[in-house]
Amino acid sequence: MSTSAADPTQAPEGAVPEFNAQKEGQRLFKDWYGGLEHAKERGQYVANVFVMGNAVEILRTFDFQLVFPEINSLQMGVRKVSEEYLRDSEDYGYSPDVCSYVKADVGLILRQQKHPAGTIPKADIAIVSNMCSTFIKWGEIWERMLDTPSFVLDLPGQRGSSWRVRPGDAQHMADAQWIEAQFRDLIGRCEKITGKRFDMDRLAEVEDRVNRMVHHWNNVMALNRACPAPYNAMLDGLTYIGIMNVYRGTEEGVQFMRQLDEQLSAKVARGEGRIDNERFRLLFSGTPCYVSMRRLVELFESWGGVFAYSDYLTFAAGGMDAGELVYDTSRPLESLAEITALAAQRGLSNQFFAHERLAQQLREYDVDGIVFHGIKSCRFVSSGMADTRNYLTERLKIPSLYIESDLIDPRYWSDAQIKNRVDAFFESLQQRSGGAPGDTKIRLPVVGGPS
Amino acid sequence: MTPQPADENPAALHRSAEQAALGPPPPAELGARDPEQRLTELLEHCNDRRLGPVPTDDALPAGYSGTFGHFPVYFPEEIVHAGGLLPVNLLGGGNKLELKYADAHMGSFICSICRSTTEMGLNGSLKSLTGFVTHPICDAAKHLGGIWARNFPEQLAQILYLPQNPNTPGAVRYTAAEYQRLRGDVEKQLGRPIDDEALWRSIRTYNRNRALLRELYALRAAEPWKVSCTESYLLLRARTRMPAETHNLLLEEALGLLRARKRVAQDKPRVVFVGGFCEQPPLEMLEAIDDTCYVVDDDLLIGLRWLTADVPEAGDPVWALAEAFVEHAAASPVQHDERKTKEAYLMDMVRGSRADAVIVTAAKFCEPGLDEQVAWSKHLDAVSVRHLVLEFEEKMTSFEQMAMQLETFAESLLFALA
Ligand code: SF4
Repeated sequence: MSTSAADPTQAPEGAVPEFNAQKEGQRLFKDWYGGLEHAKERGQYVANVFVMGNAVEILRTFDFQLVFPEINSLQMGVRKVSEEYLRDSEDYGYSPDVCSYVKADVGLILRQQKHPAGTIPKADIAIVSNMCSTFIKWGEIWERMLDTPSFVLDLPGQRGSSWRVRPGDAQHMADAQWIEAQFRDLIGRCEKITGKRFDMDRLAEVEDRVNRMVHHWNNVMALNRACPAPYNAMLDGLTYIGIMNVYRGTEEGVQFMRQLDEQLSAKVARGEGRIDNERFRLLFSGTPCYVSMRRLVELFESWGGVFAYSDYLTFAAGGMDAGELVYDTSRPLESLAEITALAAQRGLSNQFFAHERLAQQLREYDVDGIVFHGIKSCRFVSSGMADTRNYLTERLKIPSLYIESDLIDPRYWSDAQIKNRVDAFFESLQQRSGGAPGDTKIRLPVVGGPS
Repeated sequence: MTPQPADENPAALHRSAEQAALGPPPPAELGARDPEQRLTELLEHCNDRRLGPVPTDDALPAGYSGTFGHFPVYFPEEIVHAGGLLPVNLLGGGNKLELKYADAHMGSFICSICRSTTEMGLNGSLKSLTGFVTHPICDAAKHLGGIWARNFPEQLAQILYLPQNPNTPGAVRYTAAEYQRLRGDVEKQLGRPIDDEALWRSIRTYNRNRALLRELYALRAAEPWKVSCTESYLLLRARTRMPAETHNLLLEEALGLLRARKRVAQDKPRVVFVGGFCEQPPLEMLEAIDDTCYVVDDDLLIGLRWLTADVPEAGDPVWALAEAFVEHAAASPVQHDERKTKEAYLMDMVRGSRADAVIVTAAKFCEPGLDEQVAWSKHLDAVSVRHLVLEFEEKMTSFEQMAMQLETFAESLLFALA
């Protein structure tokens, strides 16, 4: 999510104001933070969860208020206060080489959970999956500093390249069985914490809402295959995935995604793009630099470059756009385990074999170039990036740009250097395409996505 | 083609020239026997193995058809060993390897062991491997699976998803299924089955190895003046380049010689060393520690000693291995287990070895190690256990400053303990 992304739609007088994803997103986030602030006084239980592999469906069944520590940390970046928290954490002993989200969160703990968006309640449980190994270390920090118990959700990931797990095959069922065992264990722990009995019907209801949300989400993702792309995956898209996470399994979430889907579909039908003169369609690989994301996008859009797809939208939205991921609400728990196994392998841990998904999305989104954003302190996205880049450049002859900064540490943002590299990249793209500056790319819109 | 473990047939050890190449020099060839000289020969042999290349297929002992690489921390070597493959633990390039290719494939902010392992792949040193397996210990290590798949597609490159949740009932079943999957994939790669009988033989060989390693560590805790940390490390590390059955004979002989050593205890503090669970500290660093301290326990190469008890030799061999992983495992910063907090297992090491202090290290750019270093040092402060915090990198070559820090630390400990 981000603080702002321009969508200059204005309602005519007297008409129902048109859906504004950015404003609506901000309103929902404000509500969410407000809910967190008052969770304890309302007697609500609180769970810390991450964006990848988080069992939100089960937690919602128990009415946990959800804290997303990654979102807390990135919000510090967006609000330009992250450096203070990072410095506190470094003074406490954390190395500059440790994930800056973790360090910002340690800074938050050291400041008695005082976040610019409000006080963050101490969690009663943390769900930490193995999808990013740092989640587990982060959970251990809460165990020590806040006495919050962790539940490690161990998701068997993609084991090798060309790993084709198909729904219902022996490997899928073995993995799902293990995940289901852990969900049952987690349910027992939630019952103990909340004193409530698990309600399978409620789980089915939550899943139904997730299904509807994911249906629209898949459409939203597919709509950006149109040329011009109706949104920028690394600016507008950040708001969308914020809602996909924080409001997953809620009516507000369904509503938001439905309206977004409708609005973007109409935009595509009218042939409107995120920018007027889309000249280059780009793919962004990696996590954003939240302190300067708007600036980074400006650098690209000033050349007519739009991020049509980003793998961030896949893995940071729980991998649910990875195809056929629909819960069977007649067998909610088994289905939750089966879909979680598929999402983990197709949408999350396949980051370790990133060339496969990227090669596919380069085709599907008809991309002219790929931008890799290396984050020193995020090994999940960065460790294999240079190698993936070499591989794709050699095999697919796709132009690429590699830039480096940080998630939220402004000390690693070097504006002049990044601008130079971006400019040089576009000059070479321009030469390659033979287009004169100002030429707009014309392509037939690719309409529709999964119905 | 499955290896016949030499501890069932000890005479086989030095039968072939190839085997002699991987095993220690046979005593008969060495003339007059001075025990200390023999020990030196054994340790030099171990060090040669450490510095030497991965054996090529034609240099393997009888019964082995190839090598199988695995990254730290733990890997169930028995599975590939039973298939007639020599398990080769890949531990990076140390401080002698010059990186020529890896820089273009991995950022400078990734730990050295990942970068130098990639270099060894790219410079051809590992081209004879049948396969390469890495683990979900950290994200950098997981990415090695993809790097391998992209660059060495002829090898079986995989991530073995060992569970990070060994606490939920069902963890053994899942682990067994994962081992079974690996076994099937290795069988496919080899074009022949790995039968249960061979697996049992391997488990027996490794049980013997585990017992010998426990003896080695017990000796260090009881009489650390008889075996230094560096010597113990070299003996242990030799298993990464020789068959376990050969390693058993090496350890048996070395343990006998070490126990018989006539050495007087020196005035050195007893310390526990932690932080060596994955990237390897340079040998010179261990030597510098030995100069001033007795290292009475450590987590060096903990993956090779991961199973803390014998694997029961009954039932199904894959299940037995999986159950041992879940129920009888050591600990490290990269394995979550609700039964063992990181602080608790460190304190167990301190108490169990009657250590006076701890050397808390972390490899540069190793996120889990650096996280743990903070937690451990805070905890040691809280329980008033003296400790020294050090950062290392496998490729470091200058140790003067570290030696000075160690000297000061040891002196202050001796002063405090006097
Ligand atoms: S040294 Fe640390 S960061 Fe590097 S592979 Fe090992 S555990 Fe991962």
